[in-house]
Amino acid sequence: MTRRLFGPLIAVATLLFAGAPVLIAWAPYESTMGLVQKIFYFHVASWVMMFLSAFVCGVASAVFLFKGRVAADRVAAAAAELAVIFGLIGLVTGPLWARKAWGVWWQWDARLTMALVLWMIFTAYLLLREYGGSGSEKLAAGVALFGLANVPFVYWSVNVWRTIHPTTNVVPTLVPGMAGALWWSLVAFLLLYTAAMMARVRLEGQRAALDQLYRDLDDWGGQPHNEG
Amino acid sequence: MSRFAQVAWLVMRKDLTVEARSRELLLTTLFFAVSTVLVFAFGFVRDGRAVEDAAAGILWIAIAFAGTLALGRTFERERYHDVLHALLLAPVDRPAIYVGKLLGIVALLAAVEAVVVPLVALLFQAGLFRYPLRAAALLGLGTIGFAAVGTLFAAMLVRARSRDVLLPVLLYPITIPVIIAGVRGTAALLQPEPDLAMAGAWTGMLVFFDVVFITLSLWTFEPVMTE
Repeated sequence: MTRRLFGPLIAVATLLFAGAPVLIAWAPYESTMGLVQKIFYFHVASWVMMFLSAFVCGVASAVFLFKGRVAADRVAAAAAELAVIFGLIGLVTGPLWARKAWGVWWQWDARLTMALVLWMIFTAYLLLREYGGSGSEKLAAGVALFGLANVPFVYWSVNVWRTIHPTTNVVPTLVPGMAGALWWSLVAFLLLYTAAMMARVRLEGQRAALDQLYRDLDDWGGQPHNEG
Repeated sequence: MSRFAQVAWLVMRKDLTVEARSRELLLTTLFFAVSTVLVFAFGFVRDGRAVEDAAAGILWIAIAFAGTLALGRTFERERYHDVLHALLLAPVDRPAIYVGKLLGIVALLAAVEAVVVPLVALLFQAGLFRYPLRAAALLGLGTIGFAAVGTLFAAMLVRARSRDVLLPVLLYPITIPVIIAGVRGTAALLQPEPDLAMAGAWTGMLVFFDVVFITLSLWTFEPVMTE
């Protein structure tokens, strides 16, 4: 079922990505920032995907931890990887914009700090899975769950600490050309995310199946000959 | 005394007895914390005086670093002769084991803070004793929050490879709210015109953090420690 959906999904996502530059070029120029504002269509979309992915990873980890479903762990692993990748896109595009708009590459602003902390939590998750040795899936699931529970605390503490980033309420006030391009990008990123997620979960499943085959082969080959 | 409290008490007493006999962890962690303060002093003292808010930052960084070291070492001790395994095999509530370990770590860190706090106050002319109760509340709640997450992570990393480096890598991003609350709350008390309302708000956030993360740890300790 998911395999049949995969092809069309990739096709639509590709079409949307091909169309995005046209829409972004048509979108009106922002009065004070000019051309550099256009990075916003990719920047916002990639952060939205990172937060979505972080949420998926946290929930899937909780399911794995408390219900013991191995499939949930595969989803969590795929989501954590995508969270780090989309987060990286956001972390690269953000400073490019900030250099023009604020005059500095990085500001210790609430939103930036929060995004960086969340990105670091999921990078730590991947490091644990990669270098923690066998059995680290469970430990990683604990980390993801704690990471998700941590979001409101990080949000509150860095908010009191400082804020200069444009707030999310700029989105409803966008002029039509800008809003259209933003929604277009968001849908394109969402489809790309879903396709990548499906491919990655499937890969994880295949890997588990292959491991099982090897183990079966070992059991079969290592069986002592029954003499007598 | 309920069975849960009894088990927690026994686990803590075991840790403290081992520690009282060797004093290895206390002395090494304490000296490490003092070294950290010293190293930071070279970074943040200009013309004989510490830069603004440096004392609060140095104090909390010293606590976080020393805490990580203590957590790693405590559970390294449990690896000898498979003590943790034996504890987990015992027919008792597993969350009680977690609480016992947590109490032991908090006691150890409290002993370290008893030396480091006066030292920071002395070296940086910081008025940490101007509001002793408020400062103690911030320190106590912050230490408990840090240790609550740290104990769970250090316990689960006992089975993992590269655990020495993975502990801080996992622990610091998760405990960032504790560090921010601790540093900003302490700085609010230390500034020339203390901002008591701000210090109170940070203390409140630490209470919330502790409640949420201790509950979550009690809840996840069992599934995470089951192989």
